[in-house]
Amino acid sequence: MRQHLFEWKEGLVISLNAIRANKARSILTMLGIVIGICSVALMATAINGIDKAFVDGISALGADNLYIDKYAWFSDEDFFLMRNRKNVTLDQYERFTKLAKLPLAVAPTILTMHKVLYGDNYIEGTLMTGTTDGYVRTTNFNFARGRFFSALESNGARNVAVLGSEVAGHLFAQQDPLAREVKIDGISFRVVGVLEKQGSNMLGNFNPDNQVYIPIGTVFKYFRRNRDTVTIVVRARSTEMTEATKEEAIGMMRRVRGLLYDEKDDFSVNTQEGLTTEYDKVVGVIKLVGLFITGLSLLVGAIGIMNIMFVSVKERTKEIGIRKAIGAKKRTIMGQFLTEAALICLLGGLVGLLLAVGLSMLINKFLPTSVQMNTVVLAIAISLLTGIVSGLAPAWTAAKMDPVEALRYE
Amino acid sequence: MNIINLENISRVYQVGSEEVHALDDVSLKIDRNEYVAIMGPSGSGKSTLMNIVGCLDTPTSGSYILKGTNVSDMSDNDLAEVRNREIGFVFQTFNLLPRATSFHNVELPLIYAGVPAAERREKAEQALSSVGLKERMLHKPNELSGGQRQRVAVARALVVGPSIILADEPTGNLDSKTGEDIMALFHEIYQLGNTIILVTHEEYIANHAKRVIRLLDGKVESDKTVTNCTVPNRGN
Repeated sequence: MRQHLFEWKEGLVISLNAIRANKARSILTMLGIVIGICSVALMATAINGIDKAFVDGISALGADNLYIDKYAWFSDEDFFLMRNRKNVTLDQYERFTKLAKLPLAVAPTILTMHKVLYGDNYIEGTLMTGTTDGYVRTTNFNFARGRFFSALESNGARNVAVLGSEVAGHLFAQQDPLAREVKIDGISFRVVGVLEKQGSNMLGNFNPDNQVYIPIGTVFKYFRRNRDTVTIVVRARSTEMTEATKEEAIGMMRRVRGLLYDEKDDFSVNTQEGLTTEYDKVVGVIKLVGLFITGLSLLVGAIGIMNIMFVSVKERTKEIGIRKAIGAKKRTIMGQFLTEAALICLLGGLVGLLLAVGLSMLINKFLPTSVQMNTVVLAIAISLLTGIVSGLAPAWTAAKMDPVEALRYE
Repeated sequence: MNIINLENISRVYQVGSEEVHALDDVSLKIDRNEYVAIMGPSGSGKSTLMNIVGCLDTPTSGSYILKGTNVSDMSDNDLAEVRNREIGFVFQTFNLLPRATSFHNVELPLIYAGVPAAERREKAEQALSSVGLKERMLHKPNELSGGQRQRVAVARALVVGPSIILADEPTGNLDSKTGEDIMALFHEIYQLGNTIILVTHEEYIANHAKRVIRLLDGKVESDKTVTNCTVPNRGN
């Protein structure tokens, strides 16, 4: 064991000397690994960022939420069968609220799209969520200004609105939106609150930043018919309680909708798990393809290392002969060249990683992300592995050289 | 007791479709503390013999007993260990590692032998001072003269305390004055009780040995003990 340690230490010294002696060559070879590791690390970082954005987005909406809806969001059920289901009405929501004991909060929602205008600024097709004052308790919203609308405003179907941060920013620029009147399809609404930026681009228009929240009664007053279907948002008390809350919700909805024991559910209880599954399906493929493509650049780097190691072995044939004559074994010679290849790759990997950290700060401007510890460990492990794998064939060539031939080589 | 016992050693090389008998049924015994010169014109098989005696190569047939162990059909790794422990090489072209200091060159066999650092340091310094180069310990080969380089090589050969010092034309790349110095060094080493095998084609070099073995066409032509050998006096 001790002897292995000496030999390895000797190998390390030799490798460092060899790298130093051929600076230009070593650096050029390293460059391949630098680029390879940098792109792999950046890809991993970008993936981390996308994942984080998604999770943040989900948690802004409330990760433990259930959505009772006429339609199943993520399923293969026949759309036309679902379309024939009875609507979920506000009336059903009220009865459900009285029956369900487990939820932390319950609120009905209905989506509608309208033009929002203030002064000369307007946004076409802004997504509006019509809901009650209880909705805010199903989310993790923070307010930049003001508050969510009150029970009084909600029950009275008042013309009040809460703006997402992007909407507020677009309409008001630097002005304070609070207590000003915006026009939604020409009808005046008083702004009572502005949300803080929720920080996720992953959810597109469903991102609260791009939405306007108004009382559900107001939606029915101006934009929708009373019998239109609503989605009931149910928040469980904790992640552990989600399953029980879902069971209860199904039972209570069956009662509310008057289903007999042998009838199938004519509504769906959707969870964000469905969204997550859907996300994983799509993004999983992108991740694999991305890592594969960046992996290719690493492969090119590895081939460069292998090439240069073959040259190095050839050049040092005489040295190998001398070492063998004075007692170096196969594994000693092998170790020496493997160490050299691994060292070049490790150095290249570290430089690549540093580069990736720098570039990720740039990416951070578009997608909140940073190089994670596991990416660092992974990158170092990959670069070491690349070195060992690409050094294997050249090192073996060196190890099995005939000492007589090698000594004769000039 | 024989330190080297070669019995019916043959070494055949395949050159194209032709078989070349570099060594043809050579038998040879060498005792502890002998000073032997192996002579012969080029192509006589003396390099092949040296490679086999030095465990760099194995014979096609015949047996080679080194210190009571049969090494003629050992594996590469076992041969490396034998070379490390039993044989000290001195080459015509010195064969030092160019980027390493004298000290490191001398230390290297000890690293391969698994000797701890403190002991390595002590032994390597001792070997270097025995060839008079202790103060050049941290010089690299290109900062040393030819004679000094060969001394470093001799120190490297001596450092593990091998059974045989195997010198292949050790003065071939040196001027006659420096060559004489190296031969004086070999004489000293011999007098300390070492076994030396010298491969050369120069009569005046071979004359330093106590026994001269002449090879011709892969066979031993003559094997004579020299009585009036040259005893060199080491120059300053």
